[in-house]
This record gives sequence, structure tokens and C-alpha cells, in this order.
Amino acid sequence: MKEGKHFKVSAIKNGTVIDHIPSKTVFKVISILNLDKLEDKMITFGSNFESKKLGSKGIIKISDKYFDREDIDKISLIAPQAKISIIKDYEVVHKEVVEIPDKIVGIVKCINPNCISNHEKIQSKFLVLSKEDVSLKCHYCEKITSQTDLNLI
Amino acid sequence: MVSKSLVSITDCTKEEYLRILNLAKEFEANPHQNILNGKIVATLFFEPSTRTRLSFESAVLRLGGRIIGFSEASSSSSSKGETFSDTIRTVSNYCDLLIIRHPLEGTARLASELTSLPVINAGDGSNQHPTQTLLDMYSIQKTQGRLDNLTLTLVGDLKYGRTVHSLIMAMATFKPVFYFVSPEELKLPDDYRVFLKQNNIEYHETTQLPHAMKVADIVYMTRVQRERFLDPMEYEKTKNAYILKAEMLSDTKPNMKVLHPLPRINEISTDVDSTDKAYYFQQALNGVYTRQAIISHVLGLK
Repeated sequence: MKEGKHFKVSAIKNGTVIDHIPSKTVFKVISILNLDKLEDKMITFGSNFESKKLGSKGIIKISDKYFDREDIDKISLIAPQAKISIIKDYEVVHKEVVEIPDKIVGIVKCINPNCISNHEKIQSKFLVLSKEDVSLKCHYCEKITSQTDLNLI
Repeated sequence: MVSKSLVSITDCTKEEYLRILNLAKEFEANPHQNILNGKIVATLFFEPSTRTRLSFESAVLRLGGRIIGFSEASSSSSSKGETFSDTIRTVSNYCDLLIIRHPLEGTARLASELTSLPVINAGDGSNQHPTQTLLDMYSIQKTQGRLDNLTLTLVGDLKYGRTVHSLIMAMATFKPVFYFVSPEELKLPDDYRVFLKQNNIEYHETTQLPHAMKVADIVYMTRVQRERFLDPMEYEKTKNAYILKAEMLSDTKPNMKVLHPLPRINEISTDVDSTDKAYYFQQALNGVYTRQAIISHVLGLK
């Protein structure tokens, strides 16, 4: 730890830090990762911090918790610039900026009520047409689900 | 030839379109070929579509195949609550090819992933109806002698018209010029306009039929349905603007033909039927040849 660095959200020993979350989606990230139901891990978070990149950002730190690819893909859909850091013994051992994958399986609900994926017990599947302004083409019904219609499962 | 499915018109390459159209020409010359001898084809129609089903069944019978299936969901086990997936897995044990019509979108794609048999999509909700598109292309090629560099005028409901959308996507590979004629309420969706721009395809949009008729090689008519209008007054005002009458054909190109996916309600006046421009009934016959071609293509028999 660098001396004099002031942490608004206190450091963790082991676990995951999700930084550069747009303030308005901090609570959404908490919800899609089911952090509100996590009973045995310490979670600290803050929102509405100043950020040169985002204007206003949030940060979440979860002790002793590491996320799988599916969760990271979920984060990428609602906080496309988020940075994930894996912490081991107060040191950052892995860092990555989330990236929306080319295909999305099982984490987004198709906007089309007549799509078979909303009627049968099957995983939804999408081809990502645009990552900037999220645009997903359903593998089944071929209709487009866009950022504003995004509903995570 | 490995067997495969025909689910979406966008799955086909230009070479595949041309291959299927060439096969259709072969079947037109020689419609009765016993290549499906000993094969069983299942026609699973979860919603009624008599015209499409009979066209497929005629194609199968002309090829010497046999048919099992149902013509509406109430006569299938889905009325007892069986899932679509279970129906497909079960019926796959009884046949060599599945032809599926369903009111929900994406059903044919799902079916193709649940079975190792080839699947032909005979219409999945508002999404795709690729055999209709191929028979439209066959009719265009047959009447014009080519597919390249044609002027296609599409008329009527361009917003919800599934056949129109698929035809645009498929013909885009043949450098067409499109004229889109529709009331404001039923204009072509943005997605297709973006697609055409990206592919540098010339298109014009208008609410007026006459000019778009004069320049056309093909006039493709569709139904303007009352239920598409929020305001019934608007429907009454606009419906007559999109009715094709024999008197409107006088100033058209000699090679021009009128196509319609059928059923027609009143958008083509019956006085057009006896003119040499009317091609919609032959188009339906072409549907049988095209479906023979598609069946033998997906089964790897040709």
C-alpha cells in the first residue's frame, strides 16, 4: 500500500474490486451479481465519486469472492467500462477491463414476447451486433434487443 | 451432400440460392421423381396454414415420399401441455425430415438444434418463411430470365410483411433497385433501410403507386390489413390507394409481372387476373417445384 493514499472505500485483503461503474448502475450491478443475497462475505461499496473518465463513478469491493466469466459478462452489459481487480493479500494479482463478448448465452432475456426462448426452458442466445450501443440479435427469433430493453436473467 | 436445415433465408449463400433455383427448374421439367421412396416426412403445423401445408405435401408426394403429421396444434399433444421441445424429440424418431410451422418465432431454429434430422421452416411467427422467399426468387428468375439488376416494386404492408423482409435480404445479393410503396403507417422498418444503405443498394420510398409501377420489372403486392391500423378511419382512407387494377397496367414495362404471396383479399382487382401481367397463380405452382428442390437439397438427395 502506498503511503498517504486515501481510500474512500476501505481496502480488502482478498477478493474482487469492481471499479469504474457508472454511478447510476451501481445498484444494478449489486443486484445482477446477487450481492444483496450474499450473507457470508463482507461487501463495501460507494457511489457518486468524482471520476475523470465517467464524471461520476461507483466502486464495489467484495471480500473472499471471485466471479466466473458469466458474471463478468453480465457486468460488461450494464457497466461496459468497469475494471475488475483480483486482490490477494492486499496486492492486485489480476486486472481486466470488462468486455462484452461476441456471443451472449443465458444471461439476457429476449425482448420479443413471441420468441420461443421465452416459452420453453432453454437458454437464451444472442449474437452481439454492436458493443458500443449494445445491440443483441436473438439466435432464435432474430429480433434485436437493445440497451434500453436489456433485461438480465 | 451433407443433410442440413433451412431455417432462415440469411443462412443461405448466393451459391445455395442458385443451386436450389436450378434444382427447381429440373423439377419443373420433370416433376415426378421417385427420390423420396421409402422416406417419411413429418409436417408439423402448430398453426393452420392450408396453402403452405398442401404445397409441401404435394411436393413430398410427387417425390414418392410418405407423410405423417398434424395440421393444427389442437390435434397434436401440445394441446395436452407437451413442450415444443418434447414434441420435436419424439417425432424425430418417426421420420426422416421435419417441416415445421409455428406461431412463435425461433421454433424452427430450436428444432434444428434438438434433432439430427434436417428441418425446413414453413413459417415461424413473424420471423422467417424461407421457402416462400425461394419460390418468389424462382418466379422472378423464371419471368425475367435473370435475378441481377432488376427493379423491384414492393407494395402494401412493408412494416409487418415477413415475405417482403426476407425477399429484400435475399435479393440484395443481386444488385436490385427497390421501390417501396406503402402508407406512412406501414413503412419499411429502419433495420432494413440501414441494411440497404450499408450494402449500397438503391431504393426509393413513396406513398404513390403509379410511378413505381412504370419502372418496375416485378411488382410484388402484399395485403394491407385492417388490424394493422390504430385508427380505422386511416385504414378506410388508405386502403384504396394500394389496390392494383387492370387499367393501371397500361403504361408498364412489357416484361413486368405482378407477384403476390397469396391469399389475396382485395388488393389485386380480379380484372388483373386475365392480363398477361398476372403471375400469382403460376407463382403458387412454382412453390411446389421450389419445395421439391429444397427437400431434395436438405436431404442431400440431389
